[in-house]
Amino acid sequence: MRTCAESFEGYILRALGRDFGERLLPRNLDITLCDQLFLIASGLIWNVYFAGLAILFGFFLAVGVAVAKFSENRLFSIPASTFVFVFRGSPLFIQFFFFYSAFVLLPRTGIDIPLGFVTLTVNTSALTTAQVGGLIVLILNTTAYSAELFYGALRSIPKGDLEAADAYGMNAFTKFRRVVFPSMLRLAWPSYTNEAIFLTHSTTLVFLSAFPARQQAGEAFYYARYFVDQTFNPFVAYPIVAGYFVLLTLTIIGLFGLVNRRLNRHLPKERRQRIRFRPQYIR
Amino acid sequence: MFEFCTDPATLPQWQWFACYLTTATHFAFYRSFLMVMLLLAITAPIALALGLGGAMAVRSRIWPVSWLGKGYVNIVRGVPDIVFFMFVPIALGQGIEWVFHQIQCPDWDQPIRQGNDFIVCREAKVPGVNAPAWVRDVYAFSMAVVAFALVFGAFAANTLYGAMQAVPKAQIETAEAYGMTRGQAFRRIVLPQMWVYAIPGLSNIWQILIKATPLLFLLGLQDAVYWARELGGQKTSLYTYPHPDWRVWYFLVLLCFYLFLTWASERTFGRLNDRLSRGQATAAGERQRKAAT
Repeated sequence: MRTCAESFEGYILRALGRDFGERLLPRNLDITLCDQLFLIASGLIWNVYFAGLAILFGFFLAVGVAVAKFSENRLFSIPASTFVFVFRGSPLFIQFFFFYSAFVLLPRTGIDIPLGFVTLTVNTSALTTAQVGGLIVLILNTTAYSAELFYGALRSIPKGDLEAADAYGMNAFTKFRRVVFPSMLRLAWPSYTNEAIFLTHSTTLVFLSAFPARQQAGEAFYYARYFVDQTFNPFVAYPIVAGYFVLLTLTIIGLFGLVNRRLNRHLPKERRQRIRFRPQYIR
Repeated sequence: MFEFCTDPATLPQWQWFACYLTTATHFAFYRSFLMVMLLLAITAPIALALGLGGAMAVRSRIWPVSWLGKGYVNIVRGVPDIVFFMFVPIALGQGIEWVFHQIQCPDWDQPIRQGNDFIVCREAKVPGVNAPAWVRDVYAFSMAVVAFALVFGAFAANTLYGAMQAVPKAQIETAEAYGMTRGQAFRRIVLPQMWVYAIPGLSNIWQILIKATPLLFLLGLQDAVYWARELGGQKTSLYTYPHPDWRVWYFLVLLCFYLFLTWASERTFGRLNDRLSRGQATAAGERQRKAAT
């Protein structure tokens, strides 16, 4: 049996690969409670990685898609609406499977994109890893969900604000930057917080049977499932992973709450929007 | 299926596909779509009933009942879904076996958890040791139904509770002024009118339920995802119908299936909402009244 300190040393960074701690995961009767606590905790590295990067990229893409969907030009609004419908209308689980099997079919050597003066080689083998391919699927997915939220917010920007901006003689870009964008963000922020939470929870789907976990380096829920398979006891590992996710959720609520305070700082107290946590996890 | 299918290797393109798409395994694939629909059809009413029960429990004036309702709603909604879907079937299965074990083998002296094994006596195994395959399938399927119904019941309870609160208070007070009891007022005033407030939330939950169905695959059932992986994988010339890796096409079919379900339910709920808004004291009801005159 390992002591708790040994488990900590062996497994706290194990999710990064087999060179970062014990080569093998604990097995069968050798599993201690500390092993489960620390190995599942190390998996959180990937949950934070996926959620953080997907929210970062997805935010900017979503603003673009929302503006395109709101546009009066059908050339922009129809593709944007289709994109949102496809990614919101199908299960994330199936999207992972679909994109993984599509990425596998790409040639291993990479795709050459001739740009005239220089040929760009896209490294396609990275796309079959969860760290790149899975992240792309998550980005597309959260872009669609957030774009729908931002689109709703764009629709409910007060008419008077826009007329005032026009009266000041602002051009379209200044109007967007100084009136439309801040209002949109402020109106959508409480729902966007929930979207960030759901996205974080759906990072548990990445390694679920589509993208492989190379060297048994996976996220928190991957390890929880591993332990339940080994010990056949769901009453330890699943509550641990649920507890970690509650902590992660509270962190997100805290961080997004700070942003929400800043976005609402010009409003009188009673008109400020509060963030309400409405859990609804499945995508 | 067709007579010309005896030697697929010699067939021209379209006949080859006609034979390929009508093999026994492909029919299992098509049936698995029905299984998804069946799961939806069974789970939705159970979840709605659980939700109605949960919402009434939360509103109850008897505090143990109200606490039980609140506990159920908040605990289930607070735990990530997949954890719940994986946890409930195993935990419930072990729970059932443990209860049978206590009843049927009272003089069993060894502990049930020996190391990493969960051991109950032979008579307590569920499904039985000699159970035929279909019994095992039905058992696994009902476990999935229970897990889904528990999770979505909690979601529905929350929505229905909100809808019950949204029914104008003045109407309930009027009913009580007419001498109706609390139960009568609930049955005659709240229950018929709450649906118009509940429909947007319920339609949302239904969409989420649809999107949760591929998780059946994780519970070891042979659902559409299982067959898509199985049939799409590369088949060498050892097979009757050799083909390269076609998984991407099979998953494309699944994607379209789910998009169709989403689209169809959006339309259905839109119509239902129109129907339920008729004669209601809401903006939509008012608009319908104006359009009629």
